[in-house]
Amino acid sequence: MASVLLSEAERTFIIHGVQDGLRTDGRSCDEYRVMELQCDVVSNTSGSARLKLSHTDILVGIKAEMGTPKPDRPNEGYLEFFVDCSANAAPEFEGRGGDELATEIANTIQRIYDNKNAVDLKSLCIMPKETCWVVYVDVVILQCGGNLFDAISIAMKAALHNTRIPNVTISVDDEGQREIELSDDPHDCSRIDTSNIPCMVTVSKVGNRHIVDATMEEEACCLACMMVAVTAKGTICGMRKEGSGSLDPESVFEMMESAKKVGVEVNKSLSLLLNKVEKEPNRGYTCFLD
Amino acid sequence: MAGIELLSDQGFRADGRRPHELRKIRCRMGVFQQADGSAFIEQGNTKVLATVYGPHEITGGRSKALHDKVFINCQYSMATFSTGERKRRPKGDRRSQEMSVNLKKTFEAAILTHLYPRSQIDIYVQVLQSDGGNYCACVNAATLAVIDAGIPMRDYICACTSSMLEDTPVVDISYLEETAGGPEMVLALLPKSQQIVLFQQNSRLHADNLEKVIDMCIRGCKDVHAVLDQVVKEHVSEETNLMKAS
Repeated sequence: MASVLLSEAERTFIIHGVQDGLRTDGRSCDEYRVMELQCDVVSNTSGSARLKLSHTDILVGIKAEMGTPKPDRPNEGYLEFFVDCSANAAPEFEGRGGDELATEIANTIQRIYDNKNAVDLKSLCIMPKETCWVVYVDVVILQCGGNLFDAISIAMKAALHNTRIPNVTISVDDEGQREIELSDDPHDCSRIDTSNIPCMVTVSKVGNRHIVDATMEEEACCLACMMVAVTAKGTICGMRKEGSGSLDPESVFEMMESAKKVGVEVNKSLSLLLNKVEKEPNRGYTCFLD
Repeated sequence: MAGIELLSDQGFRADGRRPHELRKIRCRMGVFQQADGSAFIEQGNTKVLATVYGPHEITGGRSKALHDKVFINCQYSMATFSTGERKRRPKGDRRSQEMSVNLKKTFEAAILTHLYPRSQIDIYVQVLQSDGGNYCACVNAATLAVIDAGIPMRDYICACTSSMLEDTPVVDISYLEETAGGPEMVLALLPKSQQIVLFQQNSRLHADNLEKVIDMCIRGCKDVHAVLDQVVKEHVSEETNLMKAS
């Protein structure tokens, strides 16, 4: 990640503060920072979302294209993830500098979406074994302000909710050849059911206690963190431990329980917000201009 | 593209503009807090984000250091969802590298490079949505970002494209007009002194028409300058009001 220089005094201040349950910006240990979400910001995509979590800025664009299904899953479409660490976020990401982080994030996201319940892939099938919808999910990291994984997973869920896939009709012409016709009406489209898509919650261990949604300075103080993917119902889809420090099993359980509780809350707030955004569509004008 | 009239009989283009009209420009400076300077510009449907880091110490090797000038490092990158067809590689392909070099040369002409020897200025542009005039939007956004970073420049750099549709010179062409196959001229200008910093011309253009098209382009650049100047003045007055209040 983009690095931040921290002196010993600042590090001690942050760690002692967390021990007493207080963080430098006044939050408690399981509170998220204020999030701003805008949907439908890029017009030539099938769906898009932009999430601002204090200094972390993520833009997700989704394009649905037709392709051939994977040979071992002929009745399903699939999702392809791509992460681009833009040089805007940090000069270290210039050229190939951001590739390592980008691949790590893309692989983690791939793993948490790789189960039957996250997205209904059968609905993405057009003609079994021949054509299906391939949903390309592209993430651009515009600013790095700590807690990238969570922000990316939330923005992705919002963008998938916002995606509109055109309806297709399959017609058989005289010679028995099947033709696919895309409907011309921009409102004749189907949506993806995002109620089971998980959100990631990163729980970082600072001293003896753990915190949720670490800023860059807090990330520099934490030795180990757990990333847990939680769905709206509280089921855990994936877990991963990061960092050079070690965790004992009790801490792991505690952090998992914390993450589950926070994850359910996050999913709930996100669904409320997405429903509100549905009712008042944003025409994409206020993307960066406010 | 059959069926779409690029210039109607009444003199309207495909998107309803007159030949001398620019697309609507909306921009904002100081979009990001972590970068030294940043700006966002929307020219019609083309959206570009620019950030500037610097001047700072040379990264990646002392050999790049110039003893009497600042080293300007530019990177042009396009989001994979920015174009109609999904783009596989956001940066590193030849087109992006050529754009990066063009941007570098453009800014070397305007930034007062002798003020920061042995240092580096990074200018990063990211195209979020592409609908023609990418280079121009990038130059305009980067100008605002450099101003936001407080790096001294000789003058604004304003860029604009122009073309010739059915014997009429038109300014600020969109993607549709670009792909129609007519001549495309890109010009980057220092508006006060009217010095041309970058000049590129693609496809065939009759020498008799050259002057008309260049004039149209210069007019376009001056119009862009008026818009950018307005935005900078508003931004500065907003910032000074905030400073007075605190």
